[in-house]
Amino acid sequence: MKARVTVMLKSGVLDPQGEAVRHALGALGFSGVEGVRQGKVIELDLAEGTTEAEVDEMCRKLLANTVMESYRIEFP
Amino acid sequence: MKAGVIVFPGSNCDRDMAVALRAAGAEVEMVWHKETALPAGLDLVAVPGGFSFGDYLRCGAIAAHSPVATALRAHAERGGYVLGVCNGFQVLTETGLLPGALMRNSGLKFVCRTVALDVVTGDSAFTEAYGAGTRIALPVAHHDGNFQADEATLDRLEGEDRVAFRYAEAVNGSARDIAGILSENRRVLGMMPHPERAVDEGHGGTEGQALFRSILGVLQAA
Repeated sequence: MKARVTVMLKSGVLDPQGEAVRHALGALGFSGVEGVRQGKVIELDLAEGTTEAEVDEMCRKLLANTVMESYRIEFP
Repeated sequence: MKAGVIVFPGSNCDRDMAVALRAAGAEVEMVWHKETALPAGLDLVAVPGGFSFGDYLRCGAIAAHSPVATALRAHAERGGYVLGVCNGFQVLTETGLLPGALMRNSGLKFVCRTVALDVVTGDSAFTEAYGAGTRIALPVAHHDGNFQADEATLDRLEGEDRVAFRYAEAVNGSARDIAGILSENRRVLGMMPHPERAVDEGHGGTEGQALFRSILGVLQAA
């Protein structure tokens, strides 16, 4: 089974990389981009029977720094 | 006085840290990250700068979960002294020994130059020899030194006089220009600037010496 974890900076935390991407899109002529947030996607290959609670613990302990980041778990 | 310097794959200021500690009079042992225990009798553990584990996932995140990190946490919880510089500061925030997080510099560039700092508190074994209000110059070299924490945490750090150093000018976007902070018991210091790179005339400055002399002085008197 697979799980997909999406880690994003919490809203309200300045994302300088996202800002840089927004500026670059503007420079390319895409005028309608009002905001960009950059995060990361982590795909996990898991043994059958791994629970969502275990993946949640993985996120809290390592995959996300919950001081600044939020995460979302999906089982695609 | 006995100090340990932790070495992770990708640490690159570990030997500079050992040289600076020895120059101040410490007996130094290097500690590989796979060790599950620290050498007996360490007074101070230094977590050096560099790019532990290639900065994979987040700066300091993998190092904070290496075998030696458990021993490091236990050392701090026993009231042992810990100095984390640059990547070492990032490791200390990731282990939870210090609050906040170090994020990408607001200017997105790697900043590598000597910057002016204000010593904010003299009330710590690390900063006693400087005294509060002293302006010093130390090198910085980092991509992720932008210290951030929520407003309540920042207020608490300031209210408890736990900001050790502040940038005298904007360097990386850090909240309230914070360059270094202390733990609640004032024995764990994390800082982005490199005191170990300013301990010899050949370095172009010696204003990092006082930090090592300060902590050595306190520990030798103890």
